[in-house]
Amino acid sequence: MDFNDTPKEAEFRKKVRSFLEANAEKRSTLAAKPKGESGSSISSAGAPETVKGEDAAKLALQDAKEWQRKKADAGFAAILWPKEFGGYGGTPIEQVIYAQEEHDYFVHSGYFEIGIGMLGPTMMAWGKDEDKKRFLPKMITGEEIWCQLFSEPSAGSDLAGIRMKAEKDGDEWVLNGQKVWTSGAHFADYGMIVARSDPTALKHKGLTYFYVDMKTPGIEAKPIKQISGSANFNEVFFNDVRILDSQRIGAEGDGWKVSLTTLMNERLAVGDPPGLDFDQIFEASKEIEVEDGLAVKNSEVRQKMADWYIQSRGLQYTKYRSMTALSKGQTPGPELSISKLVTASKMQDVSSYALDLMEMSGMVHQDKNPILKNLFQNGYFFSAAMRIAGGTDEVLRNIIAERVLGLPQDERSDKKLPFNELPSGKN
Amino acid sequence: MNFDFSDDQKLLRDQARKFLQDKCDRKSVRSILEDHKQNYDVDLWSQISKLGWTGTAIPEEYGGLGLGMLELCVIAEELGRALAPTPFSSSIYIFAEFLKSYGTDEQKKKYLPLIASGEKIGTFALSETNGKPKPSNIKALHTSGKLNGSKNPVSDGESADYIIVAANSDSNSNYNSLSLFIIDRSDPGVNISNLDTIDPTRPACTVGLENVACERLGDEGSGWEMIDNIFNRAAVLFSFEQVGGAQVSLDEAKNYSLERFAFGKQIGAFQALKHKMADMYVKIELARSNAYYGAWALSTDSNELPIAAAGARVSASEAYNFASQENIQIHGGVGFTWEYDCHLFYRRSKLLSLNIGSIRQWKENLISNLEKRNIV
Repeated sequence: MDFNDTPKEAEFRKKVRSFLEANAEKRSTLAAKPKGESGSSISSAGAPETVKGEDAAKLALQDAKEWQRKKADAGFAAILWPKEFGGYGGTPIEQVIYAQEEHDYFVHSGYFEIGIGMLGPTMMAWGKDEDKKRFLPKMITGEEIWCQLFSEPSAGSDLAGIRMKAEKDGDEWVLNGQKVWTSGAHFADYGMIVARSDPTALKHKGLTYFYVDMKTPGIEAKPIKQISGSANFNEVFFNDVRILDSQRIGAEGDGWKVSLTTLMNERLAVGDPPGLDFDQIFEASKEIEVEDGLAVKNSEVRQKMADWYIQSRGLQYTKYRSMTALSKGQTPGPELSISKLVTASKMQDVSSYALDLMEMSGMVHQDKNPILKNLFQNGYFFSAAMRIAGGTDEVLRNIIAERVLGLPQDERSDKKLPFNELPSGKN
Repeated sequence: MNFDFSDDQKLLRDQARKFLQDKCDRKSVRSILEDHKQNYDVDLWSQISKLGWTGTAIPEEYGGLGLGMLELCVIAEELGRALAPTPFSSSIYIFAEFLKSYGTDEQKKKYLPLIASGEKIGTFALSETNGKPKPSNIKALHTSGKLNGSKNPVSDGESADYIIVAANSDSNSNYNSLSLFIIDRSDPGVNISNLDTIDPTRPACTVGLENVACERLGDEGSGWEMIDNIFNRAAVLFSFEQVGGAQVSLDEAKNYSLERFAFGKQIGAFQALKHKMADMYVKIELARSNAYYGAWALSTDSNELPIAAAGARVSASEAYNFASQENIQIHGGVGFTWEYDCHLFYRRSKLLSLNIGSIRQWKENLISNLEKRNIV
């Protein structure tokens, strides 16, 4: 039992390090954040922000594209992709190692993750050769950015409940409807979209998958302002958007199957930064006074912090277990499925409790002279979103119960009826 | 990254599991539970001793197998799964570890081979009264080579041949006045009276001491320091035992929820129960990962051990307490009958989470060690 790289992994890590050292700036040595990045590290832990100064946003995007180009030239832009599409042809453990190392540097990579991590692999699996040749190389170099148009106002946890209409008209399809929670829609060049092509078919059978040029007339992206005040997502409206049948990926009616490829490629969360965690409240507790002295000396505070410590480190060591499997070329067990479920609630508990410790000062949330960098105020808002985004706590518990423990699936009345006969509570 | 047990260790685990399924079934656990005259399963003890489990981490020169602490962690998890009614933790996690760390060569030669072979059983006597053991409530006194006082409760005291006793050499008790002494329980001044426990498969007793002959273990006055260290080591081993028991609690809850029908379907199909079992799984996986880290720190003698051990201990105690409680809940009415096995885990989980200090104490240990590390 040890935490060491294998010789091959060590060699790869060395290569990555020397690339990063030569081309990027390390976090610890920088006082300020890179151009255009705003807000705390918490609000930027998710998708790139939609609303900020327009010049700053442009600068950040330009920076990101330059960085992506460098990565692509060095071969690190898509570690898992086969070499024929410009990838590194690497292993999952190499991808994890790269992510670990890059995390120490001030670079933008969020813009490209959805494309390279999820949409590219979908195109490789289901797309036509000419599309692969046309789109995949530019996805890697960052010249073209992609977004994922899946969720809708009435298709959240129940993703197959998609209502976006796709109607065939000769060689074309006409799209009408609304997508939501789309990160990057306002700067993306292309998107992949699932739409309902046959409302009279069963729910999972009447869907078709396409790619769209985001500049097509009739597409409009609007940022969604969140409770945190920032905007990491968009709603995207489709109004008589005409696309070619050649933009279809997979057969008509196979949209759900193709979507599963996209969803299965959701990035292994091994390299993710922990965000607001035990370390932050532990440090804060050394500065805040409670009734009997410093919070860190108060017995109740210590008991609480111990809970967060075991969750925090328990997750870290769980990641090490998954990495061990990857390192041996095995598929990790299901243990990582607990990660977001634990992280989001922990962050909410930590933030809320830290605000309690601050007493009346916990009410203050201002950019000018922020108290403890607004860490806990920001975390209080961000964590509420985190418990929902990317699978709600409830959906994640269902997934653990069904896929890990093998408990029965929920009874589903929606699998047996044509989509247009399902109760919807609307219309 | 190689944060896992080796193939050999996994083989040992599979063999141990198979052996215990056969030799330590619920019937034999219940025979100890229900027979107040038996403190432990003597047959099982002699068989696991013959297999060498008791000597797993004791060096070969002192009669053990000379394997590492990781192998002992593997065994601990299996003993926990099987609810083994033996004094393994008292004799091996604690008594043997005290001797290994602080015994003179002569003491090691005298005691360890007998412990490794399972021929003799050892335990440790610290607590005297209700509440946390600390200088002000340790009254046992060492004067002119003799021990006087009373220890209560002492795990496995009635089964033990040797007991390490924590006693002060100064009636003005403080953190530097505590020393450890080994006594032979056949000394006429030792007076043992059995106590009933919340888990009768893990017994305890009162040990009265009247002018009992003893030999000192380790340096005079360094008792608390030695106890901290050995409890850290034992905490990792206990955490594996707890993870093992917690996992079986979840497995049995799950199996029952698939067999039991209500309102026309398997109760395991209700989200209220699915989510409860998902929460059990989450706590157990966190505990398992924390226990692994403890195992790494223990097996490498890392200076991270105090933090790793406390983390493993807190996480595993909470996971097992939760899993055993909710196992009863998922079983419904039959869950609180004597006939069903749920209470075996409910009893064991609570007892294990108290034996070397409660969750409260270990949380406090965790944070104070994190503070110390920060200062360093």
